[in-house]
Amino acid sequence: MLESSKDSAKLDAMKRIVGMIAKGKNASELFPAVVKNVASKNIEIKKLVYVYLMRYAEEQQDLALLSISTFQRALKDPNQLIRASALRVLSSIRVPIIVPIMMLAIKEACSDLSPYVRKNAAHAIQKLYSLDPEQKEMLIEVIEKLLKDRSTLVAGSVVMAFEEVCPDRIDLIHKNYRKLCHLLVDVEEWGQVVIIHMLTRYARTQFVSPWKDDEVVEEYSENNFYESDEEQKEKDQKVKNTYTMDPDHRLLLRNTKPLLQSRNAAVVMAVAQLYWHLAPKSEASIVAKSLVRLLRSNREVQYIVLQNIATMSIQRKGMFEPYLKSFYVRSTDPTMIKTLKLEILTNLANEANISTLLREFQTYVRSQDKQFAAATIQAIGRCATNITEVTDTCLNGLVCLLSNRDEIVVAESVVVIKKLLQTQPAHHCEIIKHMAKLLDNITVPVARASILWLIGEYCERVPKIAPDVLRKTAKSFTNEDDLVKLQILNLGAKLYLTNSKQTKLLTQYVLNLGKYDQSYDIRDRTRFIRQLIVPNEKSGALSKYAKKIFLAQKPAPLLESPFKDRDHFQLGTLSHTLNSRASGYLELSDWPEVAPDPSVRDVDVAESAKEWTGNLDKTKKEKPTEKFYSESEEEEDESASTSASESESGSESEKQDEEEGSSVDTSGSSTSSEESSDSESDSKESTAKKTSRAANESVSENIKKKAKDTSKKRNTSNSSDTESTPSEKSSSDSKSESDSKSDSESEKSKEEKQVHDKKASNKQDVFLLDLDDFYPVTTPVAAPTAAVLSTSLTADLEGLCLSNSSVIDVTTQVAVPTKTHELLHRMSGKGLAAHYHFSRQPSIFGDGMVSVQVTVTNTTDQKIENIHIEEKKLPPGMRMHDFNPIECLEPAGSITVPMGIDFCDSTQMASFQLCTKDGRFNVTIQPPVGELLLPVTMSEKDFKKEQGMLIGMNETSATIAVALQNSTRHVIIERVVKAANLGIVPSGQDNIHRFAAKTAHSGSLVLVTVELKESSTAQLVINTEKTVIGSVLLRELKPVLSQG
Amino acid sequence: VSRSVCDYFFEAQERASEAENVPPVIPTPHHYLLSVYRHKIFFVAVIQSEVPPLFVIEFLHRVVDTFQDYFGVCSEVMIKDNVVVVYEVLEEMLDNGFPLATESNILKELIKPPTILRTVVNTITGSTNVGDQLPTGQLSVVPWRRTGVKYTNNEAYFDVIEEIDAIIDKSGSTITAEIQGVIDACVKLTGMPDLTLSFMNPRLLDDVSFHPCVRFKRWESERILSFIPPDGNFRLLSYHVSAQNLVAIPVYVKHNISFRDSSSLGRFEITVGPKQTMGKTVEGVMVTSQMPKSVLNMTLTPSQGTHIFDPVTKLLSWDVGKINPQKLPSLKGSVSLQAGTSKPDENPTINLQFKIQQLAISGLKVNRLDMYGEKYKPFKGIKYMTKAGKFQVRT
Repeated sequence: MLESSKDSAKLDAMKRIVGMIAKGKNASELFPAVVKNVASKNIEIKKLVYVYLMRYAEEQQDLALLSISTFQRALKDPNQLIRASALRVLSSIRVPIIVPIMMLAIKEACSDLSPYVRKNAAHAIQKLYSLDPEQKEMLIEVIEKLLKDRSTLVAGSVVMAFEEVCPDRIDLIHKNYRKLCHLLVDVEEWGQVVIIHMLTRYARTQFVSPWKDDEVVEEYSENNFYESDEEQKEKDQKVKNTYTMDPDHRLLLRNTKPLLQSRNAAVVMAVAQLYWHLAPKSEASIVAKSLVRLLRSNREVQYIVLQNIATMSIQRKGMFEPYLKSFYVRSTDPTMIKTLKLEILTNLANEANISTLLREFQTYVRSQDKQFAAATIQAIGRCATNITEVTDTCLNGLVCLLSNRDEIVVAESVVVIKKLLQTQPAHHCEIIKHMAKLLDNITVPVARASILWLIGEYCERVPKIAPDVLRKTAKSFTNEDDLVKLQILNLGAKLYLTNSKQTKLLTQYVLNLGKYDQSYDIRDRTRFIRQLIVPNEKSGALSKYAKKIFLAQKPAPLLESPFKDRDHFQLGTLSHTLNSRASGYLELSDWPEVAPDPSVRDVDVAESAKEWTGNLDKTKKEKPTEKFYSESEEEEDESASTSASESESGSESEKQDEEEGSSVDTSGSSTSSEESSDSESDSKESTAKKTSRAANESVSENIKKKAKDTSKKRNTSNSSDTESTPSEKSSSDSKSESDSKSDSESEKSKEEKQVHDKKASNKQDVFLLDLDDFYPVTTPVAAPTAAVLSTSLTADLEGLCLSNSSVIDVTTQVAVPTKTHELLHRMSGKGLAAHYHFSRQPSIFGDGMVSVQVTVTNTTDQKIENIHIEEKKLPPGMRMHDFNPIECLEPAGSITVPMGIDFCDSTQMASFQLCTKDGRFNVTIQPPVGELLLPVTMSEKDFKKEQGMLIGMNETSATIAVALQNSTRHVIIERVVKAANLGIVPSGQDNIHRFAAKTAHSGSLVLVTVELKESSTAQLVINTEKTVIGSVLLRELKPVLSQG
Repeated sequence: VSRSVCDYFFEAQERASEAENVPPVIPTPHHYLLSVYRHKIFFVAVIQSEVPPLFVIEFLHRVVDTFQDYFGVCSEVMIKDNVVVVYEVLEEMLDNGFPLATESNILKELIKPPTILRTVVNTITGSTNVGDQLPTGQLSVVPWRRTGVKYTNNEAYFDVIEEIDAIIDKSGSTITAEIQGVIDACVKLTGMPDLTLSFMNPRLLDDVSFHPCVRFKRWESERILSFIPPDGNFRLLSYHVSAQNLVAIPVYVKHNISFRDSSSLGRFEITVGPKQTMGKTVEGVMVTSQMPKSVLNMTLTPSQGTHIFDPVTKLLSWDVGKINPQKLPSLKGSVSLQAGTSKPDENPTINLQFKIQQLAISGLKVNRLDMYGEKYKPFKGIKYMTKAGKFQVRT
């Protein structure tokens, strides 16, 4: 029929063949006939042929090759589904010869336009890998490429392939980490599961543990953590620095949380394990609710979920306590579910709920399901040992159960009672007697053995009964189970030792019986006991100790949960369920002690920027800032801010006000916590009071930040001596640090830890960064004098620093103006308002650019979509890097985006159009000349040298009247620095202040000198090659100093 | 993978006394067998390496759901009859062990479900039940909805169904009670409608899980369900009203079951009555109880409805029907026990089923349903129902 020309006949034949496969019959002899049909036009025939091929191609490799050309043709089909299915089948034919063809097909498919085809390519990767592991390297390349894919359809599959092929290549994930986190919600559910599991592993290697503060982990990890540190002061620092979560870590947690609401149990479980393994303990409890919800679904799901809950509940009881009642057992539950629920109930038992639980247990004991009833008895036993208050009650209850008619129940209670009695044997003779009586009726060997053991152990307390018991058992010895026989022997031996008068003959009789027993175990034991207790010439020495040997105090057994040892497996995995290592199980690594460099994840955003020129360190500075922003807004609920910078600085000044209060006492005394700088400044105080004061000013900001940081964390230990804030200034200062603050804060925690690793590399900007982080107290915003610089460094950095001091280097901004300029008024922008301000950070988009933060606000009540930039009208030479288009802005929402503009060191306007979906608005940005500069640090000597070269034409100067209140040093510095992005140069003289910067585009130096003269006038000198800039800057600085 | 791995499974199945007790995860030397049990059929998946077990189990359940969707019932006969379709469907759902398309909307586009009509047409015209035109749905922004849906009557129905899970102890006091609710929707709307559903009292919902179509952000901020619905029947959300809120139990059961030690006869008496039903009638009442093994037979007379006692499984079921508050239904009679055996230690638990129409016991109410994105005016309907879930009375 397969040869038939009619499709329907072929179809019928194919259906029969598939039916044969389903029944398990071998249909391989039809292979040639089937393969011919692979080119069939009819889709259904094709599909069935595919089914057939996948089943038999491996057996008939040569013939399967015939079909491959068809697939190759299909790979070029315009219909994506055909392309995809061809790829699927091609990769499913496990014929080694076609590996290169497959490789080629995969490579092609992964750049296919259709995400569906790309998804299938990701699947094909795994198949090819299992067919030929030698292709690994090539496949990793493909995976890397696919990981960059932005389609949600692909993400799940490619991560699956990643897990399969190269789960250890975590470096591939770095750049895609944030993207994956963001996409996660939209990925199809199966993909979510895989991604979440992968991210869990990833996070465990990349972030530090959030559990540091928790008591359980604390001691262990902290000791461990600090032992490696050599320096005492570092210890202090780190103790102060309580854990702050990496923003990326937080991002992951935040993005997975909604998935707890998924309808797919696997996703919920995956998120639950993620929270369990990654979240701070306080947050992990939110998963409990969702897990409890899963208990409503099918029995298999219940089974797995309960198992996981059981493990969780051992470690953190509190998590599931509110849901205690959800674990009550229903009589219709299958036994395995019942037992698991019981397990959890037992784990959750505590003083408060034990009485209700015991009542509940009473019901269970009477259950018809005897296996379950027995388990309940054990549970009662465990509760009794764990909670001492109820031990007696439990014991009484169990004794009552001894009169139960069901044998299994009785036997189980005997065993449990035995264990309980062992823990407190003092006053339970009655029970032992009662049990001795029971011996006649009980047939279950374990129970009989338990009773015998009990009697033997405490035979001194029941002197009358014990020999009697021995007599009875001796009679039935031959019919007993091995277990019981052993215990009879034990009992005999013990009685022989304590009460040999009555029992000597009986024991010997028992021993004789044992001697000829079938079991070698028993024969061995018999021989052993005989030698030990029956005195004869040879073994005199040992038998003296016989009593000690037999009647030694035995430690009570611990009743433990069988789930105790499961916690080393990752929750939700197969291995966890089976409590044994499944093949392919990947151990969850421990938290790293030191967080690996977080910057590796940063590049993904900048990826889209085509002009990105790759200054990694700069990027690093930029990105966390943004993240941190959104973070702090959401977390601290700092009023859904319309403009991020405003609210930020607002809240800051508040905090600083608080700070002011506490620091008034110490203000003026120029100390910092660091010992080295401390002593240094002491010695220098007399000679260079001014210098240190100047340094202090710049330092003070940091100290405040630092102090705020610490005070926020309620960690006030010796932070008081770090506060040397000149109090009168703090209110004015507060304005000038909106960006720099968040920047340093977010970085501090992370990078402090990298410092050691990085120290080796003495690239200059790295060095600066290190400086920031290593000495957060001294100066993250580095504008120090050379003197202060060197004093604040410890010996190992000193050399570096000195070699640096003669080099002119771009440094971070001293102050950031909070002044925002209007880009687009909301009236003219149809409700779209835009502001911009200069963040004074090195632009991430390229050298020569000035970074501009544009804040776009939607004042309408509708969404504004697709905000982007068009029609740039720039003067020649000027360049501009657009911000990424904003897809959608919610009503009353606002968003801040970075852009970079290269103004070519001119104050010409950059005009462009701000476009939305339904409107375009002309806007312009005109930079104040002060913003075209980048601050530099240099020593006084260098300054003078450079100044000497820039005289004549390159010098502009003016004499100005200085308002009285402006004549102090720090006010001048503050005002100048606010007006222009200048770096402070240390000055040896009281009345001369020097500032240095270079232009953003050409890098020419701009040197500013302010010399205070008599009668409140000042000489303002600016030296620069760029005379235009010089004169404009002069013009702008004049009013700054003269105004009050 | 050869078929012989299944032997391990059959072995485990034999070992378990009841089908329910077969462990869902069975390790074998080289593979792991994960199984689900539904409609009296075991579906077994063979796993080679580490994978989250729920992942597999959830998928198997999804497969069963799909079969049910395709064939109406999911029985052994049905699967045998449609082996080809089953293969085709599985083929689409799974690729090398990774789930591919599990939304039944899309599957149905790829492979048309067999209907009687189509079988007839197929035999006449010789056409196939594989979709002729290959769909584009997989690529649309909304993966759960296919494009180009058209209906003459545009309708959207929502059923709010709540189930009460409760354990009531001997004396009639409630040990636990929880409400589990779902909103099932049947949406037949043309085009790409965007629906929002708001509740009068969304705070009631303690814990919810959504169909992927629901926009989570909107729910977080405004407690409004906003979604582009899949076509046809689907479960929009399921929720949980926690035990903390007091749950009004709508019925009570009076029971008097006693076995005497001496004689082989026991007394049996059950009365069911309404309680806090807010004026609605309790319908579809069904009482089932698993009697102890020693029970031989029962002679009972119901005041209404019919009862059956199966002497083999020892299952007593009593179909009560509606409860008339004036004349409470009761079931009285005697139980005869196997001679010689002692009386059972535990009285049987009673499982109760009932339905109350037009009432959501938690008090949840849908406020309004709005549609955006399409021009026409759809027909909307909302139905409430309360059911007994796992409702047990211990005696």
